[in-house]
Amino acid sequence: MTSEELQEIATTEKEKQAQHPHHICVCTAAGCLSAGSGDVKKALEKEVLEAGMKDECHVKGVGCMGLCSAGPLITVDNTMYRDVKPEDSTDIVRSLEDGKPVKRLRCDTSAPFFTRQSKIVLENSGFIDPERIEDYIAAGGYSALLSVVTEKRPGEVLEQVIKSGLRGRGGAGYPTGLKWSTVAKAQNSGQKYVICNADEGDPGAFMDRAVLESDPHRVLEGMAIAAYAVGANRGYIYVRAEYPLAVKHLRTAIRQAERLELLGNDVAGTHFTFKVEARLGAGAFVCGEETALINSVEGKRGTPRPRPPYPAQEGLWGHPTLINNVETFANIAPILRNGGEWFSKIGTAKSKGTKVFALAGRINNTGLIEVPMGIPLREIIYDIGGGIPDGRGFKAVQTGGPSGGCIPSDHLDLPVDYESLAKVGSIMGSGGMIVTDEGSCMVDVAKFFIEFCMSESCGKCVPCRVGTTHLYHLLERICAGDSEERDLATLEELCDVVRNTSLCGLGQSAPNPIMSTLHYFRDEYQAHVIEKRCPAGVCHFADQEVKA
Amino acid sequence: MSTAIKTFVIDGRDVSATADQTILAVAREHGIFIPSLCNLQGLHAVGACRLCVVEVKGAKKLFPACTTAIDEGMEVTTDSERLQKYRRTILELLFSERNHICSVCVTNGNCELQSLAQKLDMTHVHFPYLYPKLTVDASHERFVVDHNRCILCSRCIRVCDEIEGAHTWDMMGRGIDCRVITDLMQPWGSSETCTSCGKCVHVCPTGALSEKGKSVAEMSKRRQFLPYLTLMRGRER
Repeated sequence: MTSEELQEIATTEKEKQAQHPHHICVCTAAGCLSAGSGDVKKALEKEVLEAGMKDECHVKGVGCMGLCSAGPLITVDNTMYRDVKPEDSTDIVRSLEDGKPVKRLRCDTSAPFFTRQSKIVLENSGFIDPERIEDYIAAGGYSALLSVVTEKRPGEVLEQVIKSGLRGRGGAGYPTGLKWSTVAKAQNSGQKYVICNADEGDPGAFMDRAVLESDPHRVLEGMAIAAYAVGANRGYIYVRAEYPLAVKHLRTAIRQAERLELLGNDVAGTHFTFKVEARLGAGAFVCGEETALINSVEGKRGTPRPRPPYPAQEGLWGHPTLINNVETFANIAPILRNGGEWFSKIGTAKSKGTKVFALAGRINNTGLIEVPMGIPLREIIYDIGGGIPDGRGFKAVQTGGPSGGCIPSDHLDLPVDYESLAKVGSIMGSGGMIVTDEGSCMVDVAKFFIEFCMSESCGKCVPCRVGTTHLYHLLERICAGDSEERDLATLEELCDVVRNTSLCGLGQSAPNPIMSTLHYFRDEYQAHVIEKRCPAGVCHFADQEVKA
Repeated sequence: MSTAIKTFVIDGRDVSATADQTILAVAREHGIFIPSLCNLQGLHAVGACRLCVVEVKGAKKLFPACTTAIDEGMEVTTDSERLQKYRRTILELLFSERNHICSVCVTNGNCELQSLAQKLDMTHVHFPYLYPKLTVDASHERFVVDHNRCILCSRCIRVCDEIEGAHTWDMMGRGIDCRVITDLMQPWGSSETCTSCGKCVHVCPTGALSEKGKSVAEMSKRRQFLPYLTLMRGRER
């Protein structure tokens, strides 16, 4: 594969697409699929065939279009339709003939949800067919990889990544360029690995799933560039088995890329070799922690190892290993295509680029968004997210999943970047945002997250294994009105111990939801403990029921 | 091959050690006590019990002494009010997790958990006891495993794997439901891999593993074999 050949594939594909005057793109990512987009696609294909428009209209399945709450979504040429049902297909196909869009189905793409976003990671999502490599190549795919392996030295690649200021999108925000150059410098046996962490386990987060389902080649290209830069020849994508569609698209993508010699032995006729394999996780949240993930890939019990040594020195089977999140790798190809400087101009001083967020909970527009770093929370929730449904008031937004914290309305003007979120007691995390309204009890929210951490604790270290259990029991008692004032002190004390003495990130961050709600909504805890009353009316106390 | 020698400070004392030594090993060499439960000399360190956490000057995080290698110029504090509080809480968590009623235990008086609690002035447990109803497996002809006394330190698993080479023991479940098991959860007595060597029984810090026929406070552990075996196998570990 040379760049001329790549260009040829792109041209052929574009010509092929231009043969059809009309294109119908149906979202077939997990969100819309569960809303019935599979049947919609079949109905549209049938309708096109019956209308004798097979040569004029092409129906294809594409990835996530973002506004999951309005699914199934489809785009017909440049018009987006929402809540499409199979029986709408007649009207839609008829609209192609008379040129008048179906008004009742239109989704307004001039709404802030669409206009306020800026897409890098999701640039192809919703436009290309994730199961066809040609479509990705036609969108400029793999050109970065080819130019890297044929024209650049590994050091030049590192330089661009460092210059971009990209930070890890898995949550902690470690500088990607620094991590890459550490692995590049590590020398022991010569063998090195690249791992893509796709074990997305936070409740309410679905960014990685969407990227893998909608544009899997982008992740593979990013991994291959990383492997070239650090000197690795093998890669693993650790993806959870609960994402069957992502796994299917990923495996198809690996096969296709190997067939075109974009992965595998002697990539593009050079001596660079990179083989990728998908490994399925069995559903343990802790396996998203890098050392537990490495244990799991090795076939061992998924429990974390003490760090140091960090994976960059001693990772998979004792060899230097680069491990990055899906979204981090998805940013690599555009950075190499447009240069690190281009990327570093987006975002804030310390947080560069864009971030993909999954909006969930009590918000009008649930779905997937990509926004520049530094955007105020208010803009995400009220403009892009469309505010809170049923005219209720906003209460708090939970970022970073079970490792994150709740941010109350006082901080709505906070710019969303790594440092600002940390300052108010939360974290960026992988990008889950769960919005709560007045009807939510914050003690109950904290209980939900600690229950999650308790059942996902691997059990290796004492503070996490036993500490999270006691934290859960304490909150359970508080929510049942069966607590005393001193329980609040015990709660805080235990949070401190679990945070400071646990072995891995899961335990160290497990108390965050409790600590942040205690900080911002202490009055709610006190109402439960002292007055035996739940201000939001969510928790039921035993003696109240008797009175009623 | 030469190993680098480094000097650093531990509790205000200047000490030197080889670069591959851990904080815990150096502390022991100098007679400085750091509590630990999962750690046992001769077995691979796992850093699981978190009792040996120490403070390092300039770092916000605490470090487990058993798995942290020393570094030039590092200033380690092994004992402080904060560390004592954390260690006592961790012990309390262990006592509350299962059933540790010393007065009816075979290892009463010979138990590492018990003696640490005494040494660290743990006077009472602030957390409600969980008391899960766990089983006792007495199917082995010479030994008994009482899961109610187990603290999941994984010493038995490691000694069986690393020293005996049988790998009869392993861990199942996760979180609070973890349990040590023999042979994919077969009764110990019907285990086909167990060599009945008894090493697991003697490395167990509590009364979870004991010999049959011992009554309250009669079971003491003999660990002389471990340093001997490690010595005989050279210094590779």
